[in-house]
Amino acid sequence: MKPQQHWLVRPKTIRLLWAVLIVILALTLVANFFIHQHDYFGIEAGFGFYAWYGFITCVAMVVIAKVLGIFLKRKDSYYDE
Amino acid sequence: MTSSLPPGLILIAAACLLPLLRGRLRDALVVAAPLLCLLVVWLVPDGSNLSLPFLEYELQPLDSSRAGRLFATVFSVMAFAGGVFALRQSSTTELAAAYAYAGSAIGVTFAGDLISVFIFWELMALGSTAVLWAAGSRASYRASMRYLMVHLFGGVVLMIGIVAHIHATSSIAFQAMQPDSIGTWLMLIGFLINAGAPPLSAWIADAYPEASPGGMVFLSAFTTKTAVYTLLVGFPGAEILVYVGLYMMMYGIIYALLENDMRRILAYSIVNQVGFMVAGIGIGTEMALNGAAGHAFAHIIYKALLLMSAGSVLYMTGKRKCTDLGGLFQSMPITALCGIVGALAISSFPFTSGFVTKSMIGQAAADQHLALVWFIITAASAGVFLHAGIKFPWFVFFQKDSGLRPDDPPWNMRIAMWLFTFLCIAIGVYPQPLYALLPFPVNYQPYTGAHLVAQFQLLLFAGLAFFVMLPQMKRTLTLSLDFDWFYRRFGAILLREFTGKTSDARNDLERRARARLKRLIANLFRHHGPQGALSRSWPTGSMVLWIAILLGAYLIFYYI
Repeated sequence: MKPQQHWLVRPKTIRLLWAVLIVILALTLVANFFIHQHDYFGIEAGFGFYAWYGFITCVAMVVIAKVLGIFLKRKDSYYDE
Repeated sequence: MTSSLPPGLILIAAACLLPLLRGRLRDALVVAAPLLCLLVVWLVPDGSNLSLPFLEYELQPLDSSRAGRLFATVFSVMAFAGGVFALRQSSTTELAAAYAYAGSAIGVTFAGDLISVFIFWELMALGSTAVLWAAGSRASYRASMRYLMVHLFGGVVLMIGIVAHIHATSSIAFQAMQPDSIGTWLMLIGFLINAGAPPLSAWIADAYPEASPGGMVFLSAFTTKTAVYTLLVGFPGAEILVYVGLYMMMYGIIYALLENDMRRILAYSIVNQVGFMVAGIGIGTEMALNGAAGHAFAHIIYKALLLMSAGSVLYMTGKRKCTDLGGLFQSMPITALCGIVGALAISSFPFTSGFVTKSMIGQAAADQHLALVWFIITAASAGVFLHAGIKFPWFVFFQKDSGLRPDDPPWNMRIAMWLFTFLCIAIGVYPQPLYALLPFPVNYQPYTGAHLVAQFQLLLFAGLAFFVMLPQMKRTLTLSLDFDWFYRRFGAILLREFTGKTSDARNDLERRARARLKRLIANLFRHHGPQGALSRSWPTGSMVLWIAILLGAYLIFYYI
C-alpha cells in the first residue's frame, strides 16, 4: 500500500490551485478597469499591458534559452576529465 | 576613540582572534563582532576622520558618507546573519576567512581615497579565496584558483588605472568620475570585473557554488555589492553602465534557465540582480542611484536568505542538482517557507523588499524616457520571477517527489533564516527606514494602485508562462558553456598544444646536441684514447729500431 500522498500534491488540489490561479489572473485584469496606468511610452496604459508583456517576454526568454541551450549545453562532467 | 577606528578592522581583528578561541567564547565572538562593527559604523561622524601619511599622499581610510554607511550597515548585518548561520557548521578557518572578507568589504565603504580602496579591494580577494579553500574539496580548490586568477587580474587592471589617474590628476581622492581617460577607464573595468560584468561574468557561477553551504552565503554578499558601491561612488551616470547592466540582466536569466545546480541558478541570478543596480547607476539620476543603492541593500538580504535555504538543503541532503531534488517541502517546511519568501523578494513581489527598491530603477528609466531601457528592465523583472522566483522553489521543494525526507536544519541555521525572512517582509511593508538611509532624499511612493496592479499582472502572468512552458524546462544533467570555457578548455588545449610542440622541439634539440657531443667524444677517444694514435705508449724497442734505421740511412747517404 502506497503511503498517503501529501494533500498539496494530490491531483484534486492541483486542479483547485490552477482554478484559483486563473481567477486571480482574471482579477488582476479586471483591476485594469479601475486603475489608470501612467503612460510614458504610449503603450503601458493599454488594457492588460503588463499581463501580456510579462507573459510574452517570459515565453520568449524560455525559447531563447532553449535555442541557446542547443549550442551551450554540455554534459555536467564536461570539465572534470 | 571610535572616531578614529575603521569599523572594518573590528571584523578583521575578530578574524585574527577566532582561531585562538574555543567553544562558547568563539561563538560569542562570532555573534558579537558584527554587532560591535555595526555600532561603530553608526558612531563614525560624517566626513574624513582619519588621515594617514603614505609616501607623499594622505590616506583617508575612515571617510564616512551616506552611501558608504548604507553599504557598511547591510554588510555588518549580513556578517551577523552569516555568522549565526555558519556558527556550528563552518570551520573556524572558514568563519575567520569570511570575517576578514566582510571586514575588508566594509573597509572599502569607508575608503576616501583610491589607495585605501585598492588595499581593501585586494584583501577582499584574499579573504574570499580563503573562504573557498575552507570548503576543502578538490573542486573548490580548483575553482578558487580560477576565481583568484580573475580577481588578481581585475586588481591589476584597477591598480594600473589608479596609478594612471593619480599621475594625470595628482589627486588620490575617491570621488565621482567619468570614464574619459585611460586611468578612469581601467578603474571602471577593474570595478566591473568584480561586479560580474561581461565578458568575465562566469566566475560567479563557477566559483561560488563550490563553497560550503555557509561559505556561499558570505560570498554572495560582498564582492559584487562592493563593486556596486564603488561604481555608485566613482561612476554615477556613466552611460556605458546602462548597457552593461542590461546585458547582465539578460545573461543571468538565460543562463539560470539552462542551469541544473540549485546554487548555480542563484549565482546566475546574482549577475541578473547586479545588472539592475549597474543599469541604475548608469542612468545616474537621484532616483536611479537611490534605487541602485536600496536594491543592493535589499538584494544582499534576500539573496543570502535564498542561499541559506539552498545551503540548508545541501547541508541536510548533500545534493545540489535539481534533478536529484524535489518534494522537500514535506519534511523541510521552514526551509521551504523561508526560501519562498526570499524568492518572492527577489522577484519584487509586492510587500517584500525587492518591490520597494527595484521599482525605483524602472521609475527612473521611465522618468528619463529611456524606452529601450525601460522595456528591457520590465521584461527582466518578469524574467526574475521565472528564473529564480519560481524556478528555485519549484524544482527544489516541489516538482516531483524525490523520496528524500530530510529534516529542517539545526537551530542556528533556522534563526538566521527567520531573521532575514523577517527583514525581507519588514522592508517591503515598511520601507521608510531604508528610504531614510538612501544617498539622496526619496520622493517615491511604491504602494500606488497602478504600481500594484502592474506588478501583480507582470509577475502572475510570468508565473503562468512558467507553468505553461514547464515541459520545455525539464532539467537535464548539463552545464552551459560560458566565457570560462576560454580559460578552462581553450587555454588548456592551447597549453597542451604549446607544451607538446615545445617539448618536441626541445627533445629534438637535445637529441642533436647529444649526438654532436657523442661524436665529439668518439673522436677524442679515437685520437686520445688508450689505443689512439696520439696517446698510446710507444715501446722502447721501436725507438731503438727507428734510430738504427736513421743511423743506417745516414751512413748510406754519407757513403754516397
